[in-house]
Amino acid sequence: MQRYLVRRLVQGIAVLWLLTVIVFVISHLSGNPVDLLLPQGATQSQRTAMIHELGLDRPLPVQYAKFVSRAVQGDFGQSIRFHASAMSLVLSHMPASIELAFASLFLAVVVGIPLGTVAALYRGRPLDYAATTVLTVGQAVPSFWLAILLILWLGVDLRWLPIGGRSGFESLIMPSLTLAVIPLVTIARITRSSVGSVLPQDYVRTAEAKGLRRRTVLRRHVLRNGLLPVVTVGGIAMGGLLSGAVITEQIFTWPGIGWLTIQAIEARDYAVVQAVTLITAAIIVGLNLIVDFAYFALDPRIRDAQTVPA
Amino acid sequence: MSTVAGSLRPRLGRRALDRTWSLVVSSPPATAGLVLLLFFLGLAIAGTVMHAQAYDQSLIDRLDSPGTAGHVLGTDTLGRDVLARIMVAVRISLEIGAAAVAIAGTVGVAIGMAAGYFGGWIDDVLMRISDAVLAIPIVLLALSVLAVVGGGMRNLIFVIAFTQWMTYARTARAETLSLREQDFVRAARAIGSRSGRILRRHILPHLLPSAIALATLNVSVAILLEAGLSYLGLGVQPPDPSLGSMLSEGRQYIYRADWLAIYPGLALLLLVLAINLLGDGLSAYLDPRARRRAAELKPL
Repeated sequence: MQRYLVRRLVQGIAVLWLLTVIVFVISHLSGNPVDLLLPQGATQSQRTAMIHELGLDRPLPVQYAKFVSRAVQGDFGQSIRFHASAMSLVLSHMPASIELAFASLFLAVVVGIPLGTVAALYRGRPLDYAATTVLTVGQAVPSFWLAILLILWLGVDLRWLPIGGRSGFESLIMPSLTLAVIPLVTIARITRSSVGSVLPQDYVRTAEAKGLRRRTVLRRHVLRNGLLPVVTVGGIAMGGLLSGAVITEQIFTWPGIGWLTIQAIEARDYAVVQAVTLITAAIIVGLNLIVDFAYFALDPRIRDAQTVPA
Repeated sequence: MSTVAGSLRPRLGRRALDRTWSLVVSSPPATAGLVLLLFFLGLAIAGTVMHAQAYDQSLIDRLDSPGTAGHVLGTDTLGRDVLARIMVAVRISLEIGAAAVAIAGTVGVAIGMAAGYFGGWIDDVLMRISDAVLAIPIVLLALSVLAVVGGGMRNLIFVIAFTQWMTYARTARAETLSLREQDFVRAARAIGSRSGRILRRHILPHLLPSAIALATLNVSVAILLEAGLSYLGLGVQPPDPSLGSMLSEGRQYIYRADWLAIYPGLALLLLVLAINLLGDGLSAYLDPRARRRAAELKPL
């Protein structure tokens, strides 16, 4: 077991290292930042001086090594649009994204798990078909269209909610509803299939046979086993929510890292783009590791089996 | 009936026909998806006739509401017919989705086969690269690449393919790992077949069903990503229509012209729904395990 965890940890570090290579290559393909930094009509000698100052005349491996050693210390350079360090920009926009991610994940779990459980308990009956239909349609809804419909209905027609910005609880409702749909559908689907596979198990029949109440059987035996895969999905969903909210944040002008990314890309502010990419990717790699480790902690079968879970 | 028709057809054709028929019978939702998708294909083909109306600007007809003479779904801010633009946009979406999936599937399966068959350091390197690309949020990855290479159809196809090949690689690798130890592969190796031939003739055919099921579902993922990137202005470039960029215009004119936001989105929803229904049916039919793999999260 320990060997497996160590192996996963090493793999995670290897992935992070590869990420720095990918980001470095992409940013180098994007052309010379000097032309963006210098005012128009700058002389050739000013150009050369700036290239030298930024270290862009050094060999690529040297530049890469410098990039990595700085990135490890949290230094991604200065933002040319916001005139602040890229790292501090990402950090200052992170709380908004985290708030949105937690609100969405909460909605997804609170609705998704009961929906999936009910569908599994009534498998093949009308209630299951109704739930499955809702999920199938929900999976196909483009999130930005849902966002626009919500704005149209709750913001423009009814004037109940603000259509953008971050100003207290009311402004959180529409963006989190929009973002909750995809993880909700995924969590409900996994719950349905996982709970469905636990229900016919012998220990469930035993629990019922010894006269436990239905609710107790469900909570202690069915859900405790059936919800394990949901932990994985929840972890992946969290990663996706933290980083994948680009379009939703843009639509609702929610000042998180997704919104920041769009601003940075429009201004060709590569330091910020690099910082966002590496930091969110690092968070996702970290979350995946936590999910793996949580599996060991939660499932004694895996913990004791000394084998690698599939 | 199929036997009568089948006796007159070449053998392969009959099998394909029978298989399609049994899929349709076994899964009503898949049938619904197939019918809906055929409807959209018809719409896309009809859209080539409506080409002029989708591009011709007319400042007199700006923002006509739906039902105005000659414009069933109204006109946009430049007086172009919304229905015609949706029809052309559906064709562009389907083209981009199909092309991206074809590239991603081919590359992904090839990489997965190589990793699974050769193992060792080749496997380690290829799979860690796959993990690294998987860890970058898809939209962020696509956005930063597009910001570098610029938008437009061809770049869009390659960028979307670049965000999708990993799923095929993982699936193909897992299946190759178990196929590698099968007797027919050992036998082929024993009689001296080279690796390339074994991979092509003995392993690839077994990987195709799950890859096809995955590819079908991924067309809708690709279409949603294209729409999302076009919404942000980095996808399909004007004057070509995209459901995403039409929605972006709808967001801007939400107080004056809600049809600009409603109909392109509805078309996108139904198109994605059709492909998902068909893909789910195909997955259950061709490979029950593919469904779970395809259910990875792709929030925009």
